[in-house]
Amino acid sequence: MRIAVCIKQVPDTAEVKINRETGTLVREGVPSIINPYDTHAIEAALSIKEQLGGTVCAVTMGPPQAEASLREAISLGVDEAFLVTGREFAGADTLATACALSGVIKKIGADLIICGKQAIDGDTAQVGPEVAEFLDIPHVSYVKKIIEAGAASIKVERMMDEGSDIVEASLPALITVVRELNTPRLPSLKGKMNAKKAEIKKMGAAELELPVDVVGFNGSPTQVKKIFTPGPRGGRKKLEGSLEEQIDALVNELVEKKCL
Amino acid sequence: MDYFLSEEQLMIKELCAQIAQEKVVPVRAELDEKEEFPWEIMKVMAASDLFGLFIPEEYGGLGKGSFELTIAVEELSKACLGVSTTYAANALGTYPILLFGTDEQKKKYLPDIAAGKRLVAFGLTEANAGSDAGGTQTTARLEGDHYVINGTKQWITNGGEAEIYTVIAITDRSKGPRGASAFIVEKGTPGFSFGKKEKKMGIRASATRELVFEDCRVPKENIIAREGMGFLVAMKTLDSSRVGVGAQGLGVAQGALDEAVKFARQRVQFGHPVIGFQAIQHMIADMATDIEAARALVYAAARYADSGAKDVTKVSSMAKLFATDVAMCVTTNALQVMGGSGYMREYPVEKMMRDAKILQIYEGTNQIQRNVIAQNIIKEAAKAR
Ligand SMILES: Cc1cc2nc3c(=O)[nH]c(=O)nc-3n(C[C@H](O)[C@H](O)[C@H](O)COP(=O)(O)OP(=O)(O)OC[C@H]3O[C@@H](n4cnc5c(N)ncnc54)[C@H](O)[C@@H]3O)c2cc1C
Ligand SMILES: Cc1cc2nc3c(=O)[nH]c(=O)nc-3n(C[C@H](O)[C@H](O)[C@H](O)COP(=O)(O)OP(=O)(O)OC[C@H]3O[C@@H](n4cnc5c(N)ncnc54)[C@H](O)[C@@H]3O)c2cc1C
Repeated sequence: MRIAVCIKQVPDTAEVKINRETGTLVREGVPSIINPYDTHAIEAALSIKEQLGGTVCAVTMGPPQAEASLREAISLGVDEAFLVTGREFAGADTLATACALSGVIKKIGADLIICGKQAIDGDTAQVGPEVAEFLDIPHVSYVKKIIEAGAASIKVERMMDEGSDIVEASLPALITVVRELNTPRLPSLKGKMNAKKAEIKKMGAAELELPVDVVGFNGSPTQVKKIFTPGPRGGRKKLEGSLEEQIDALVNELVEKKCL
Repeated sequence: MDYFLSEEQLMIKELCAQIAQEKVVPVRAELDEKEEFPWEIMKVMAASDLFGLFIPEEYGGLGKGSFELTIAVEELSKACLGVSTTYAANALGTYPILLFGTDEQKKKYLPDIAAGKRLVAFGLTEANAGSDAGGTQTTARLEGDHYVINGTKQWITNGGEAEIYTVIAITDRSKGPRGASAFIVEKGTPGFSFGKKEKKMGIRASATRELVFEDCRVPKENIIAREGMGFLVAMKTLDSSRVGVGAQGLGVAQGALDEAVKFARQRVQFGHPVIGFQAIQHMIADMATDIEAARALVYAAARYADSGAKDVTKVSSMAKLFATDVAMCVTTNALQVMGGSGYMREYPVEKMMRDAKILQIYEGTNQIQRNVIAQNIIKEAAKAR
């Protein structure tokens, strides 16, 4: 089994600050980490490999510094790492990102592709499913449990708003995973030592045989009009007790607020 | 201070700090409260290759030395001495095999130990043999292809949890100190059982139990070195592991100081954070200075041992003595800086203070360390004449 994990390097903070004038992320002084959801994707790939054998490769698109995330992935036990980098990829939206990532996966080949549910900075949760579309393979998102991984198919449980679905997909397929799936392991010393020496294979649009107008800014139909932090939600209150008590409490509240 | 760690040494430090922060700090109070053995953490450490740190590469380890072990133990001890004692006692139990074992013994045991699959314990102490190992009463009698062991070891760290035990027993009482021998005994050997688990003041995550031998037959080839070498094996083992106890002292002292500084910056009395008071500042300055001095000594002793030097006894005793006295003093004063809060279990420092006390007692009390240091000085002076 060959598994590809897509990992994104993101700033280490849930509260990304935004420059109001330019509408872009303020990345200065914020250390970078592997997108937390993607660490669960790596763990899933490594444990499937432990069961079935094979190789795990990590793929990222990003600036040269993103190499650090790939080395971290290797320290956890990932076998190979690919960095898609170059000026031609700058300013990519989700479509252009997915186009580039699917380009690498076509080159390196994979039976199973695992992505995080979403990136904590972009938060769109679009890249995984888009990669699957580019590759024309099935995908299952929000996977919270891998029930069975085999050579030809994978059976998973995906999280839904109410309850969950059990889905089986034939391989090759792509899944996106949520935190509930597993507990990511820590690196090992041998892994860390390997990571220092490991070769990170770099690829540009030319190596991926992608025309430059489908990646980066040129390949991005999204135009960001405005970026803002939404205002806080108003206060909420949960009513307790029997239905009658709750109705009474609600009526009283509405009268007090002069709504009735 | 920069101790010019190599890239690999920094990796070890970083990894142990990560384990301490992510896996130990969140559970240390609960492990202490419930007196629970830290199996989960040991599994993480095994997966991270930490049990193989000081074991040669040919037996599946990483082939590092005393210094690397010191760094690992220091980092873990910043978070919890119960956890670091479990880890360090594993090394203590392994040294007899590492230093004196035959190639077969090494091949049989070291790979599993390096992988963290089987934990090790060292059994020397008995009811009548504490500081004075000469009081050892456990015996081993050769009968055909087996040694038959009888007696009881007490206060053995990792007792019951470990699967491999290195044990000292008397093979020939008429020979006095030259009549002791060291053996490898595996858990599950008929006639080998465990007594009660001790209830302790500190390091409550660490397990301390009796080892009970009743006509316990171990194969002849389980003897370490030769008959009569038992006390030498024990002394060389302690020479190797003692610096690790110093590293524990460093770690817990640093951990306590960090907590005290954090607290003192936030706690406001008389309109100021208490860290603004000179009395508090001076305590903090003294603590930090003592810790740095202890670190310099412990690191120097570990590097000296790694240089292949033979006369490590004096300096390793100094490192153990100084760093663990610093640990007791610093944890006590760190608690003082935090006032009543320091005394509460809500904060980690009261536990650090309870834990630190053991460091002045085990692997040779600090009185015994002073005896050893003085004896070495007397020997050196006699030689110089
Ligand atoms: C403040 C801000 C400004 C932005 N500005 C622009 C802009 O000017 N123009 C524009 O077109 N777009 C812009 N974007 C969108 C940005 O390009 C997307 O973040 C990016 O395309 C990836 O989408 P995502 O972060 O939502 O990832 P998601 O779709 O949420 O990520 C899901 C999963 O896909 C994988 N993945 C995502 N990205 C990568 C990657 N690079 N390498 C490897 N795997 C990956 C990971 O497995 C991840 O867990 C902006 C986003 C933000 C937050
Ligand atoms: C939690 C814990 C874990 C332990 N783990 C292990 C283990 O894994 N393996 C193992 O073999 N042992 C272990 N021990 C035993 C430990 O090493 C002994 O407790 C220690 O060596 C001291 O022996 P003692 O307690 O019998 O004290 P004693 O020898 O009875 O000493 C009592 C007091 O007299 C002092 N004293 C004794 N002799 C002299 C002297 N000649 N000069 C000056 N002062 C002296 C001592 O310093 C001490 O203050 C452990 C002990 C504890 C408490």
